[in-house]
Amino acid sequence: MRLPGVGAGLGRGLVGLYLSVIVLLPLAAVVNQSMEGGLGAFWDAVTSPQAVASLKLTVICSLIVVVINAIFGTIIAWILVRDNFPGKAAVNAVIDLPFALPTIVASLTLLALYGSDSPFGVDIAFTRAAVVVALLFVTLPFVVRAVQPLLLEMDREMEAAAASLGAGGFTIFRRIIFPNLLPGLAAGVALAFARALGEYGSVLLFAGGLPDTQVSSVFIRSQIESGNDLGASAVSVVLLVASLVLLASVTLIQRWGSRHERSSGGGLTAMPISGDVLTEDKPKERDDE
Amino acid sequence: MGITVEGANKRFGDFQALKDVSISVPDGSLTALLGPSGSGKSTLLRAIAGLEDLDSGRVVINDEDATAKPPQRRGVGFVFQHYAAFKHMTVFENVGFGLKIRKWKKPEISDRVHELLRLVQLDGLAGRFPSQLSGGQRQRMALARALAVQPQVLLLDEPFGALDAKVRKDLRTWLRHLHEEMHVTTIFVTHDQEEAMDVAEQLVVMNNGQVEQSGTANELYEQPANEFVMSFVGEVNRLGDDFVRPHDMDVVLDPDEHTQEGLVQRIVALGFEIRVEFVLGDGTEVWAQLTRGELQRLELREGQIAYLRPSQAKSFNGPPPSDPQGASTPPGPDDGGDAEVSAAV
Repeated sequence: MRLPGVGAGLGRGLVGLYLSVIVLLPLAAVVNQSMEGGLGAFWDAVTSPQAVASLKLTVICSLIVVVINAIFGTIIAWILVRDNFPGKAAVNAVIDLPFALPTIVASLTLLALYGSDSPFGVDIAFTRAAVVVALLFVTLPFVVRAVQPLLLEMDREMEAAAASLGAGGFTIFRRIIFPNLLPGLAAGVALAFARALGEYGSVLLFAGGLPDTQVSSVFIRSQIESGNDLGASAVSVVLLVASLVLLASVTLIQRWGSRHERSSGGGLTAMPISGDVLTEDKPKERDDE
Repeated sequence: MGITVEGANKRFGDFQALKDVSISVPDGSLTALLGPSGSGKSTLLRAIAGLEDLDSGRVVINDEDATAKPPQRRGVGFVFQHYAAFKHMTVFENVGFGLKIRKWKKPEISDRVHELLRLVQLDGLAGRFPSQLSGGQRQRMALARALAVQPQVLLLDEPFGALDAKVRKDLRTWLRHLHEEMHVTTIFVTHDQEEAMDVAEQLVVMNNGQVEQSGTANELYEQPANEFVMSFVGEVNRLGDDFVRPHDMDVVLDPDEHTQEGLVQRIVALGFEIRVEFVLGDGTEVWAQLTRGELQRLELREGQIAYLRPSQAKSFNGPPPSDPQGASTPPGPDDGGDAEVSAAV
């Protein structure tokens, strides 16, 4: 849509300005702050034992969480799309709860369930397991919501065709279904990972900021409180770069996963169709029924 | 040998898709399942392939009871209306899929795939993805994929239904030639009677989940078992209890005791064929198919009165159309031909 009398240039300028103020400027400020003492100071801040410990914990926990949620998120999406059971709509709505719930509330809930007063007698509060559980909770919807639409629009006849060609259930999943889910799965996993890297609220209360449960976001906060702005911003930049790398790799995986959908891609299409005596129709589909 | 279905029943909720259907398709034949949408023809085809489980009944493929077999072990090649191309695989990978599953060695797969791609005239497109192909090319790829594993029977579900008219016509000629070369027992489903008559040696006409009649195109056209078959395999006019094909409507200018008076309402020239539409005295609308020469000889004009004399008529009095036994015109004599299709309802 174009506003009457307003050029496309103005629109683009507005978007650029908005993005700069909201996103780019703060990022630049963080990077700038982290470099105030020069590269040497930056490196010292990032490689301080506490910073390294927090980064390691964050990355390892996020990886564990992402693997678990990739598996269970896919299973949940599968059941929501392919199964019919009473209460399906309710289950579908519950998936989004971690999105809607303030993370500090989630943290409180988890503390009540799995803290020292746990009704199940499971006390994992202020341990590394608590970090994983908190991250599992907040990242649950990502994979489910990324895989679900792909499953919904998948051509079921592909599976029937594979079956009639002799493929068993597992082969059909591995060779037909999984490759078609991969772009969504990759996107969901990357978003979940990015969220897990930066998660603060839910981890803070449940896992605390003890030396061995301190994730990077909590570490950053503690550095700010103790007046070490450089340490805070240096670790922030590491997280920032990690997020950027993740986003780039998602884009690459998605491009690769959907390479077959770019029908005009490459020189192959330009190849003449030799020896083809049949009438060539345009690559389009029409349904008569 | 061939394919036999006995007493097949299938229900989807309240909808009875197949009602006690029995067909028998001879080995090596090319048979069409013809019927309007919802007649059960696709369900029957999918049941033969094992993609749909029957509520009751038997499927026998080449003398082996396949009723309880999963689709993987029926030796059936299936072609879908919307191609069911594996869209994440190249043409080569699509066609080689069944062979790879059967653990063929790479060079053997390559030889077989290229042989098939030549057969379906897609050689040179092996590296493309399905989205880079036209509909006709995709369907030929799907056919090559089904043929790769050398199925005992080939089943095609409205294979040309999603294609443009011109491509459809080319492909059906091509399918007929292919069948002449391969001699694999083939059943294809269509709602297009012209397509069925053009391609198939034998036709099975289905309606409301039942088989109405089966036979050659000629038998169905000349000796339809009932009103449904008569109107489904060709054009038909109704004159009282009689059914008359438009080309059996003789138009004359002088009345006699066999003629009916009609007002020429519209004359439509469709090339060689002329369609003359009449309104009879009782308000019935009928049409006659004339040649250009006949029209010129009669000098018919819109708005004039002319006389119609059916040269051939059929009537199906008595039992309802779904019961071929009660039809006034019995099915053609069993000539014992090798391509005979028998059907019992």
